[in-house]
Amino acid sequence: MATGEGRASGLRITFTVILALLFSLTPLPVAIEPGRPNLLLLFVIYWALSAPRIAGLMFAWLCGLAVDLLTGTLLGQHAAAFLFVAFLTHKFQLRMRIFPIYHQTLTVFMLLALYEFLIFWIDGIIGQEVTTWLRWVPVITGALFWPIMVAVLDTWNRRGR
Amino acid sequence: MVTLSSDSRPIIGRGPPLGAKFFFLSVLSIIVMVMDHRGTYMETARQWMGVITHPFYAVVQTPSEVWNWLTDSFADRGDLRRDNKKLGEELRVARVKLLRFDALVEENKRLRAIREASQGIGQRTLIAEIIKVDVDPFRHRVRINKGSIDGVFKDQPVLDAFGIVGQVTRVDRYGAEVILISDAAHAIPVQINRNSIRSIAVGIGDVGKLSLPYLTVESDNKVGDLLVSSGLDGIFPAGYPVARITSVKRDPAETFAVVEAKPLAQLDRIREVLLLWHENPAEVRAAPTDEPTVASPAVEAPAPKTTAPALVTPAPKPSTPAAVTPTPKPSTPTAAPPATAPTVENPPATPNPTTSPTPRPTP
Repeated sequence: MATGEGRASGLRITFTVILALLFSLTPLPVAIEPGRPNLLLLFVIYWALSAPRIAGLMFAWLCGLAVDLLTGTLLGQHAAAFLFVAFLTHKFQLRMRIFPIYHQTLTVFMLLALYEFLIFWIDGIIGQEVTTWLRWVPVITGALFWPIMVAVLDTWNRRGR
Repeated sequence: MVTLSSDSRPIIGRGPPLGAKFFFLSVLSIIVMVMDHRGTYMETARQWMGVITHPFYAVVQTPSEVWNWLTDSFADRGDLRRDNKKLGEELRVARVKLLRFDALVEENKRLRAIREASQGIGQRTLIAEIIKVDVDPFRHRVRINKGSIDGVFKDQPVLDAFGIVGQVTRVDRYGAEVILISDAAHAIPVQINRNSIRSIAVGIGDVGKLSLPYLTVESDNKVGDLLVSSGLDGIFPAGYPVARITSVKRDPAETFAVVEAKPLAQLDRIREVLLLWHENPAEVRAAPTDEPTVASPAVEAPAPKTTAPALVTPAPKPSTPAAVTPTPKPSTPTAAPPATAPTVENPPATPNPTTSPTPRPTP
């Protein structure tokens, strides 16, 4: 029974990851494009809280590597940033899971900001920095997206059980 | 509040502790990053991993493909007739121009032979489609659907029907990434078609604008001047239209004029681009001494010198030109093999040396 549950979660995780990767590539209108929430990172945080034994650090790292490959950035850049965020999430998962939703959203906001900063930093190191303020918009949109995502995925998880 | 959905594995025997895993993976990613940045070790790995990413692009692209197919197959008859008529007219005009072109080509060949020049004109091209995916909203990079399997190589020039679009920065097996000339990390050596003054057109992250930070206040340039590629970088062939000057601001107190130009290629609207291969010029016979450098434009030879010669990584600051003067262009012209410079240089014939002070990579 336990393995069955694990497998169901694994399938769900794979599905959401593929969905998020596709979403990260989908062309959006130019006006809202910079504000595209980083859905994959949100999923990684969510699964790190919800299914910590399946979605470990390796999982986060591979997700980041996939982003690097798809967007053609420096190989390992997003992987490192994903890894860092996942590490913090795992570290504080027991606390984060019982936070009330607004508190949790704030935490996620911090994590997203950290992530963007890491990306920004590595970009700067290799001399390809993007200095426009627009690059920080995904932090806000992502944080706004978090409660909705949690509601949807929690419902889905409960129904799937 | 996130509920714990699956925590099925036993508590004991979870594998290595979190910190150790984190440490191991961070070291691994740093190694990968350094390898990818510092060399070409990861190119092959990336090519093969690119195969995995291909389905993603295909899926994302499907809706627009379907839409295009639908609009194409249900096109109105009247529209088609109108298109046909227009194209016919355009073709006629182009034919007339070509008549003159043939004669010019011959003349050019003769003149080149006299000057022992070696720049080939005949070039192989391949049409590639731009894949409708967003890779990065802050960088002007696009993906095309031709990869190393079609012979695309790194630093290959990319054009459309109106001018230079950019160059290939990365090649997978089935696709490639193209950096547009408007990207903030891109610069292209150009010359004013009217008087052969050479300069460098730097992208500023705006699709409709290039900046020419190295034209002095007293240099002869005016609004409407056509900028063509000068070929000094050894990447872009000489003589292709790049942009047209749209504004010139001269402040006598400054050393450099503030010059802006509009790219001729339709960077934001293109769906199809042209990949260009330099061919071994047939008229090399004249200059045996130049042979090794002459052959180099063929395919890829000048390319792997540095990772990307025309990418100025720290975009030169146009606002403080005086400071930039001594070393205006860190990578482009200096990286261009010094040997190619003289051979490529000859078409412009006589650039007056006083006017374009900075960007000239005189060997």
